[in-house]
This record gives sequence, C-alpha cells and structure tokens, in this order.
Amino acid sequence: MRTQQFERRQVLTFLGALAAAGFVVPRAAFANWDKAAFEAKTVDDALKALGAGTPASSGDVQIIASDIAENGAVVPVQAVSKLPNTERIAIMVEKNPNMLAAAFDIGPETIPEVTARIKMGQTSNVLVVVKADGKFYSAAKEIKVTLGGCGG
Amino acid sequence: MGNPMKIRAASKDGVTEIKVLMSHEMETGQRKDANGATIPAWFINEVTAKLDGKTVMQAQWGPSISKNPYLAFKVKGGKAGDKVTVTWVDNKGDTRTDEAMVT
Amino acid sequence: MDRVSMGLAAFLAAAAAAATAAYAQQKDKAQEGIEAYREALQDGNPAELFEATGEELWKTPAGPKNASLEGCDLGLGAGVVKGAYAQLPRYFKDTDKVQDLESRLLTCISTLQGKDTKPYIDSAFGTPPKEEMNALAAFLSGQAKGTPIDVTPKHPKEQAMYELGKRMFYFQGGPYDFACATCHGQEGQRIRMQDLPYIPGNTGAAAGWSSWPAYRVSAGQMWSMQWRLNDCFRQQRFPEPVYASDATIALSMYMAATASGATMKTPGIKR
Repeated sequence: MRTQQFERRQVLTFLGALAAAGFVVPRAAFANWDKAAFEAKTVDDALKALGAGTPASSGDVQIIASDIAENGAVVPVQAVSKLPNTERIAIMVEKNPNMLAAAFDIGPETIPEVTARIKMGQTSNVLVVVKADGKFYSAAKEIKVTLGGCGG
Repeated sequence: MGNPMKIRAASKDGVTEIKVLMSHEMETGQRKDANGATIPAWFINEVTAKLDGKTVMQAQWGPSISKNPYLAFKVKGGKAGDKVTVTWVDNKGDTRTDEAMVT
Repeated sequence: MDRVSMGLAAFLAAAAAAATAAYAQQKDKAQEGIEAYREALQDGNPAELFEATGEELWKTPAGPKNASLEGCDLGLGAGVVKGAYAQLPRYFKDTDKVQDLESRLLTCISTLQGKDTKPYIDSAFGTPPKEEMNALAAFLSGQAKGTPIDVTPKHPKEQAMYELGKRMFYFQGGPYDFACATCHGQEGQRIRMQDLPYIPGNTGAAAGWSSWPAYRVSAGQMWSMQWRLNDCFRQQRFPEPVYASDATIALSMYMAATASGATMKTPGIKR
C-alpha cells in the first residue's frame, strides 16, 4: 500500500511538472474525480481518503432500501440526511471490489437526499457517510443479495 | 457522445424533483471476456445537474453504480418552465449533456 | 398411548406447527423484501432508453426502399401504434397468417423497407440487426401501456393457433421431459426466489403476457417476448425455435388469449 502511494506521488509530481511546463494533460486522468477514494480497498482507506476519519454513527443518516435485492446488478438505494448544512453524501458497499460507489455534493438549495442504483457483488453492508457542518456521520444497512434464479 | 438521457423534472409545493436515466455501460473493469482478457473499466465518473442555470448537484461516481444509471434528487424552489441540464463525463473523457423542461 | 406419550406427541405436534408457521413467516418476509425491491425498480425503467431508440427506428427511413416503418399495419390500420400491441397476436389478411409483434415487424421490414429478413432471423438475440427488434418491441409495447389485453381467437386460423399453443404448452419433450406446464402448469410454484405464474389461468397468463418485453437488470438488456420464449425453450432443453416461427406465435396466442382482459404494463422491468 505504501509503495503504491509513493509511486502515485511520483507520477503526480512528474505529470504536474509536465503540466507546468505547458504539456497538455489528458482531462480524463485529472478530473475532479477522487482517485484515492474510489480506488481504496478497505472502508477505512476510503473514509480516510474522503477526509472522514471515523464518522459518528447517526440516526439522522438514513438508508432506505429493500432488505433483499432480487439481483445485485441493480440495487436501488435512497440515502437521506436529516442533518442541517449537509454538504456531501457518499454511498459505499463494504464487500464490493470498488467499494465507494458515489459521492454527491449537495448544493445549498438541494434537499439532502439522493436515490441511486448500485451494484452489489454479494450480501453486504451498505454505508452512507454524510458531511454536515464540516463533521462526518454515517449509517449502515445490510442488504441481502439473492442469486437470481432461473425464473422470471 | 453517448445515447440520450431521459430527464424528468416536476415542480410541486415549492420542491422540484429531478429524475434522470442515463445510458451507459458502467463497466467495472473486473469482468473478463470470452478469451480471458479483462474488459477495461468504462464508467461515468462525473455528473453535474443544473436548474435554471445554477448548479444544484455534482456527483463523483465509481463503477459500482449500476449500468444505465438512475439518479433522483429534489431541489428547493424551481417552477414549471425552468430548464434542467444534466451533464455526464466518463473515464474515457467522453461526455453528454441533455436538457429538459420542468413541468 | 399413556399420558406421557400423548403429552410428548402433543408437544412435538405443537413444535412442528410452530416451526412451520415460523418458516412460513420467514418466507413471507423474504417475499415482502422482494416485492419492495421490485416496487423500487418501477420508477425509472431503463426500458425507456430503448423506447426512445425504438421510436427512432420506427420513424427513420431505411433499407433499399428508403422507407420508415410508419406505414406498418399492426392490426389497427397502417401506422396506428397506440394500443396495437395489446391486440396481438392476430390474423392478418395481407399475409394470410396469424402473427405476433415481431413476425409482423419482419413483414413490414421486408415489404415496406425492402430489407432481407434473414439477418434478423439468424442473428443472435441482442446482436445486430436482431437487437433492433428489442428497441422496436420496447417502443411499440410502451404505446399499449395501460390498455386492456384484447385477444380473442375468432378467425379459424386464430383458433387453430390457440389450440396448437395449448397443446404445445403441455407437450413434454427434451432430455428432461419438460413441458411449459412443468414450471407454469401448477399454482404456487417457484424456482429459487422467483414465483412461477400459473399460465393456464387468467391471472398467471397476465402476469407473464402483460410484463414482457422487459428490461432485465441482471443482464442490463432489453428482452422482447420472442427472446423470453427462446430462453424458455433453452431452459427446457428443447431445440432452439426459429425466430418468429409459428411455434412461438402459437404459444404467444395461447398466453395472450388466456391473459385477455388484464391491463398491459409494458415495457416491464425484471431482475
């Protein structure tokens, strides 16, 4: 893990130097996209990359989803924050190889709830992490994924 | 320039609900093809939504978002006739913007 | 039986009853979860993306005759799409046969656009050009959403197709001796977590006929009814039916007629 980070830093510095020197850097490689968070391999690493540290468990963060998904390819999840000044809502699937599914930046006029459809490779905890007033909160819900049958 | 999105936006009681269906493979990069070669990751990684010209939602996505992604959220304010614009960018640099009128 | 044994027997009986009730409750909770999941999927069906593509295919001139499909008669008159899907399969005078949606589309693709239908018939489901049929089916079935299924075999050929379809439904064959009825011929059956509708009854037939074509989330694909039937044949280990052949139309006729009266919910969304 350490070696990877070091290499990444080297690469970033090198490419940063290229950019400074006026070479064109492909947009896709350096979008706003939080690579460290999206490529994290553990929940702790993803939380660290998001700057969330250890979020406080909160009943004001709600996950509205069916307890069972008939198929893991499409699992509808509604992430709700009842906390004032919610700035960010992130959805994570603990057992997915790509654990961080999404991070939503909530504008001041936007109601802090969002519905998305996620892939789940297997039965897993789904975590919702909320950034409100600069602090982090979370909630978890286990969603069971059934192996699709032969019917339907 | 992918396939068109389906955007539905409706205003009621001072709240505008925006629902978007996007057409995209959202390939995780975990799958292998018939020859055993890994199918490269190809997924939307940024979504921006604007209501009446103002950005109301920005999202960063990973490949754990389902294929043909669906997104729904609500904004305070907005009224019939306002314009909703949604833009996505994927990890290959491809992008798509569609708009719809709030009903 | 002495009192101890009777007491023991009563206790065991009660325990068994409780265990069955608990199991039944467990099953209900799982069923509820599945139903909630299916509900959540209804809002925002990716089939709509295919409906848009289908509409484009319907309206765009193509083929050697450079014509669109807008002149196609799906049973309610040339170009009338609203509700047409809910009345198929039906007899068509111009071809003198009973046709379902996809066989009728092949007719129009050939006569109106001048295209060769062989690639449509021979190509695999989900590959070009056959994949166009999924989009067209999504669009046209969507135009019948909310209308009642109205299929009553009247013409002698329609009646013959219905009878053939019914016989096929019960026909056992293949290495497992399966018939459609093996899965769909009894109330209350299921495979893993999927309930199998009882097709000889109106409710069961409607459950199937009113919800296909459908977007299959597990595959991320739009499946037409012909694709769904083809997959049934595969699951029964039957030989593959020819696309839009009389065999598939006969089965469709049997199901549609049995489902008649129920409301079309197409395009559907499935696991």
